[in-house]
Amino acid sequence: MTISEIIFYLFSATIILFSILTVTSRRILRAAVYLLFVLVSTAGLYFMLNYQFLAAVQLTLYAGGIVVLIIFSILLTSHISQKFESVGLKKQVFSAIATASGAILSILVILNYGFDTLITEADNPTMSSIGNGLLNYGKNGYALPFEVISILLLAAMFASIVIAKKDKKTN
Amino acid sequence: MTTGIPLHYFLIVSTLMFFIGIYGFLTRKNLITILMSVELILNSVNINFVAFNRYLFPGELQGQFFSLFIIAVAAAEAAVAIAIIISVYRRFTNIDVERVDSMKH
Repeated sequence: MTISEIIFYLFSATIILFSILTVTSRRILRAAVYLLFVLVSTAGLYFMLNYQFLAAVQLTLYAGGIVVLIIFSILLTSHISQKFESVGLKKQVFSAIATASGAILSILVILNYGFDTLITEADNPTMSSIGNGLLNYGKNGYALPFEVISILLLAAMFASIVIAKKDKKTN
Repeated sequence: MTTGIPLHYFLIVSTLMFFIGIYGFLTRKNLITILMSVELILNSVNINFVAFNRYLFPGELQGQFFSLFIIAVAAAEAAVAIAIIISVYRRFTNIDVERVDSMKH
């Protein structure tokens, strides 16, 4: 077993374990911290695949931005030491059956499909190729989705300000 | 770094993560924990895109760009969802999906 396999198994085990804890933990703040562990391990997988820029974006935007936003809203809306009542057994069992059958079906399909993998170590994306791709409108250019995403972020920012603003009439 | 690890392994990890997210989506009642399950689902999709890009099309960048765009969409979605959650909390003083139902009747 090589060292990269050991690292991969470590990251995958962390991802699976903390994903399960995220959806089953009865304390909401702990669930958010487990989600943070999942996102950081995912960034580790991106580092293993040699996508350093994407891993950095994952760490700063997902693990840094979204989780902090979620923790802020948890602190605004619920008491820290509050515990959820446990989910009903019937609901738990039926959800587990539905998701487990879906997972088994998908994994069987993946295992039976022969992917012809041609991984090469030579061509790692550099920072300049990413920048050129994002702002290029020719072949292999992504200028249009880049602009659409910037408009979407602006619209989301306006929308969240308008929605979360206090209504003057009711106060 | 990835010598010796087949593509299947990444896909299996992301599949498990996706269905764990769906399990959380089905069983949770608090709005914020439902949002966390959605984040798990989006993240597993990202792993799929990146692994396919690395293994099947190593010279190109499509998977990486779509992962970047999905991360941006997830950030926008989280911001709007949390604004809605805070607004619902002001109105009903709780964010339990089974008790916030006054628009249904």
